[in-house]
Amino acid sequence: MSDLNTVTSAEAPGGQPSLPRGPVKKDKPRSLAADAWADLRKRKIFWVAIVLVAAILVMAIWPTLFTSADPGACALSNQYKGSSGSALFGYDYQGCDIYAKVIHGARNSIIVGILSTALAGVIGLIFGLSAGYFGGWLDAVLSRFIDIMLGVPFLLAGIVLSNRLSSDPKSNGIFAVTLTLGLLSWTSGARVMRSAVITAKNQDYVAAARMLGSSPARLIFRHILPNSIASYIVLLTLLLGINIASEATLSFLGVGLKNGAISWGIMIAEGTSFARTQPWPLVWPALFLGVTVLAFIMLGDAVRDAFDPKLR
Amino acid sequence: MFRYIVRRLLQMVLTFFGATFLLFALVFANQKDPIQALVGERPVTESQRTFLTERYHLDDGFFTQYWYYLKGVLTGDFGTSLTGRKIVDMMSDAWPVTLRLALIAIVIAATFSVSAGVYSAIKRGGIFDNVSLLLTLVLLAMPIVVIAPLFQLIFGIQLGWFPPTATRDATFWQLLLPAIVLACIVIAPEMRVTRTAVAENLRADYVRTARAKGLTRMRVIWVHVLRNSLIPVVTLIGVDLGGLMAGAIVTEHVFNIPGVGFNLARAIRTEDGPLVVGFVSILVILFLFINLLVDLMYAALDPRIRYE
Repeated sequence: MSDLNTVTSAEAPGGQPSLPRGPVKKDKPRSLAADAWADLRKRKIFWVAIVLVAAILVMAIWPTLFTSADPGACALSNQYKGSSGSALFGYDYQGCDIYAKVIHGARNSIIVGILSTALAGVIGLIFGLSAGYFGGWLDAVLSRFIDIMLGVPFLLAGIVLSNRLSSDPKSNGIFAVTLTLGLLSWTSGARVMRSAVITAKNQDYVAAARMLGSSPARLIFRHILPNSIASYIVLLTLLLGINIASEATLSFLGVGLKNGAISWGIMIAEGTSFARTQPWPLVWPALFLGVTVLAFIMLGDAVRDAFDPKLR
Repeated sequence: MFRYIVRRLLQMVLTFFGATFLLFALVFANQKDPIQALVGERPVTESQRTFLTERYHLDDGFFTQYWYYLKGVLTGDFGTSLTGRKIVDMMSDAWPVTLRLALIAIVIAATFSVSAGVYSAIKRGGIFDNVSLLLTLVLLAMPIVVIAPLFQLIFGIQLGWFPPTATRDATFWQLLLPAIVLACIVIAPEMRVTRTAVAENLRADYVRTARAKGLTRMRVIWVHVLRNSLIPVVTLIGVDLGGLMAGAIVTEHVFNIPGVGFNLARAIRTEDGPLVVGFVSILVILFLFINLLVDLMYAALDPRIRYE
């Protein structure tokens, strides 16, 4: 949000920083970001999402705030013991503390989600920008390449790629899954960026800047990018939630995290096998994963609604 | 129309080559020792090694190998699984099950999302509309790895309404719960799109004309408005097929349905490279064809679209 604000205020007429000077007048023209923020503040769903996301982030950064138990300390003598003061959600098949495992599982989900989305964001930005700005054969080649990528269903490609990247039997798979999701999920973002850049490129102010002798780099980074990045950033918020879900899916199928790395996907897979007699080892990780993905999607959805003037 | 189809087919060919090449490269590039992977722990004699190398063209370069694979695909020979079965045979066993599952899911999703979408568009801003908007958001966000096991647990095991797993012949009754799970992926977007399209069309001039002619409200909505609102929904069904395929892998795995996704998941776990590539190639071809069909269906739905 903060970059968006600075970016838009840099484009404000006169280039003055929009510092608050006394009470803001009603008829003062607001930037897109300020407008969106005013809209967002009024939405309940946005605040629910913010609170949930904040809680999940705290959980990922300082899991020991919530539990002092070691998620790796499992004793078979504890198998399927019910909940108690020390283990809030009881114990699973291996005799591990479910509560401790679920809390510690947030970190891997968030790490994979953020890093893969960042990777996808960078790739999509570069490809979308260059295809949109330079056009011509570069655009044709990149667009066909994106078509080809979209021709393979996402999960199928993810399974194959993740399996291939994590050939080292000792690795915990975090690197492989992050790379897989990053390399596969940039396509839709690149398309959005490309069309946004094409729209921005044909605006009069870009022509004016070109007349004034701006270099291509200045044109791109000073004029086109700031005016086409809003929808892209919104898309990345949504992608973050989707990538977290994809990580769990890959882990669930056995081609994601492994070798002792805690993942909600693996916990769900283990829980499913014994759900007939012991439902709780399945329910808790499923609930945490569901709420996490929901929180990010809700956030992205609210921000998109605020930024898309057509929907208002 | 004809020129459009030809252009689309050419595009499809390009996508097909690109996609299969990427896939082939991913699975077979710098494989460590495929022969050892094939025989497992047992020692391999020199003559066996020579025979297998000869048979699978392992001495040839990467592009020659891709050429052999392509030749196989184009002549309908998708190779042999490491278990010794022909991949085409395995596919012909598996696909009717998956097809039935997907069809039930699509019918459930389309029926539910179109009727609910139309209803909430008519009563815009009402309780039903608001509740369903919130519910679709939740449904939209729930990954299939959460929905599938939880539905199995709640409706299959705890409440016992549906059989929790399927047997070899996968009857309609056994496929119903997994199909509902699968439908959950597509219901939310389809319903939202229907709602938006219907709400937009309700304000159109032709609706006012139709009303002025004295047509019943039902006829105006279900015949005039719906037909004009279906195009984005049909597009979405086409786009969602990829999602349905991904969902089928997880759903079939959870509910033990002997379909394409089930076989694929097993092939991945047993590192059966040829089986993975064979199945995925067939799925990619299918995916491309269905997308083409969806494009052509627009013309049937909207006579204004003529593809020149």
